[in-house]
Amino acid sequence: MIWNPYKECMSRDEMHALQSKRLQKLVTYVYHNVPFYRNKMQAMNLSPEDIHSIDDIVKLPFTTKQDLRDNYPYGLQAAPPSEIVRVHASSGTTGNPTIVGYTRKDLAVWSEVMTRALTAYGITRDDTFSVSYGYGLFTGGLGAHYGVENLGATVIPTSTGNTEKHIRLIRDLQITGIACTPSYALYLAETLEKMGLTKDDISLRVGAFGAEPWTENMRKEIEERLGLKGFNLYGLSEIMGPGVSYECEVQDGSHISEDHFYPEIIHPETLVQLPHGQQGELVFTTLTKEGMPLLRYRTKDLCTLYDGQCACGRTSVRMGRIIGRSDDMLIIRGINVFPSQVESVILEMPEFEPQYMLVVDRVNNLDTLQVQVEVRRDFFGDDIGRMLNMKKALSDKLKSVLSISADVKLMEPGSIERSQGKGKHVIDKRKLV
Amino acid sequence: MTIKQLSIFLENKTGRINEVTKILGQHGINMHAFSMAETTDFGILRLIVSEVDKAVEVLRKANFAVMQTDVVWITCPNVAGSLSHILDHLAEQHIFIEYMYAFAEGDQANVIIRPNDIDLCILVLKECDCNIHHRL
Repeated sequence: MIWNPYKECMSRDEMHALQSKRLQKLVTYVYHNVPFYRNKMQAMNLSPEDIHSIDDIVKLPFTTKQDLRDNYPYGLQAAPPSEIVRVHASSGTTGNPTIVGYTRKDLAVWSEVMTRALTAYGITRDDTFSVSYGYGLFTGGLGAHYGVENLGATVIPTSTGNTEKHIRLIRDLQITGIACTPSYALYLAETLEKMGLTKDDISLRVGAFGAEPWTENMRKEIEERLGLKGFNLYGLSEIMGPGVSYECEVQDGSHISEDHFYPEIIHPETLVQLPHGQQGELVFTTLTKEGMPLLRYRTKDLCTLYDGQCACGRTSVRMGRIIGRSDDMLIIRGINVFPSQVESVILEMPEFEPQYMLVVDRVNNLDTLQVQVEVRRDFFGDDIGRMLNMKKALSDKLKSVLSISADVKLMEPGSIERSQGKGKHVIDKRKLV
Repeated sequence: MTIKQLSIFLENKTGRINEVTKILGQHGINMHAFSMAETTDFGILRLIVSEVDKAVEVLRKANFAVMQTDVVWITCPNVAGSLSHILDHLAEQHIFIEYMYAFAEGDQANVIIRPNDIDLCILVLKECDCNIHHRL
């Protein structure tokens, strides 16, 4: 089913015209309201009048995560504070999170695109839908929530945690849809089975999975164990939140709501725009955003874009699976973790050598993170209590910076692998099968 | 009146203790006593050896984290109640024992004590029926 056939099945010519009009308006808007962009454009001898069509997007400067951090908190905001009705934040390195402000219209667009996604998955007003992404500063929970309400289905804001109660509600309230991370879905299946239940005891029909990479095999396993059909949901808070792209029943790539989020693929090193069909780094321009619009935001996600009308009837450009990152970011239990975040915490503590290794694994369908550190010679003690306190101090600091718990392991001096040249700080044992 | 104990940090991995004993053996250093304090992922091996400085040197060269700690070594009669008598005296003077380890054979019992206040501990022990050793 298609929520907005006018937009989702628009002819390519009409879409091109719409995007061109929107880009012109966007560039004029940011030029006059965001000094960061005005300065950049002036330095390039570029003005809003130079943008005539969407194809002129290649003339525009890029935006990176670092730009967002450098302009913390409101440096990239285009709308005045009185127009901002909500702020979300994502984790950042060394204490600077990324702040994203939304106007009322931004929230309306977000609900719209999220509703498109849910409708594509087959959700209707008769469904009862559990939003099991975290509610709070993270865009996952509230994003999915507003989409469900906008559609008119019944939203159950379960958030994360308390899985046995969640399963009880799934049964008693006859919940038919769920949005969560794929690894949480597996954990849910496991808990269900531990409770002596099977998919025949629940009525789940649709799963909207995202916030971390997942494979066809994982999909099959989740579908088999929960008795539902699993669909991909993609998004990022800098651009909006969940709902930037979504799979349809054909499941041949995820449809991008390109009337709002214009996608490009660029070469991660040369930054040259690549044609559709070639793999590279995904870049988005927020054509309609008012709060914090971004020009050519580099996501660091690697994938391919596909043209052509889908068998579902939609004409929008599709993105293939994200196959990796062009930076060293990890996704652990749905949370973005940068090795540099760990490094900065360790360097702040004189007890430890500036060496570390992150060992990431998946145990019982949940991601685990172990941070190996070496204690400095002068800080080694005969006192076990003191050593354990050192370990706990690091563990507590990491938890507050990363937002997830890491298991700290104290290693013998010199035992962490030193690398020649570019430091290797991560051993990722998770096999995405 | 104290002796030097070595504390070596070891990962909980098979073969680590043997690495230490092998190196000491290779350099002709004899161990007189040892004890191991462990947690789930690491342990601290505490050793009394024949040549402390040499042991520290060779172990550090092999990349071990080694520390020296002052402890008290006493011998007392190997009879029921003799340690209890000594601990009573220490408790009376509010001396806190961080850890201790012991081994008895024949007439004698050897006890290594790490107290919180080592000077006061030695003073108190002088009043008890035991011998305080200061060299091996």
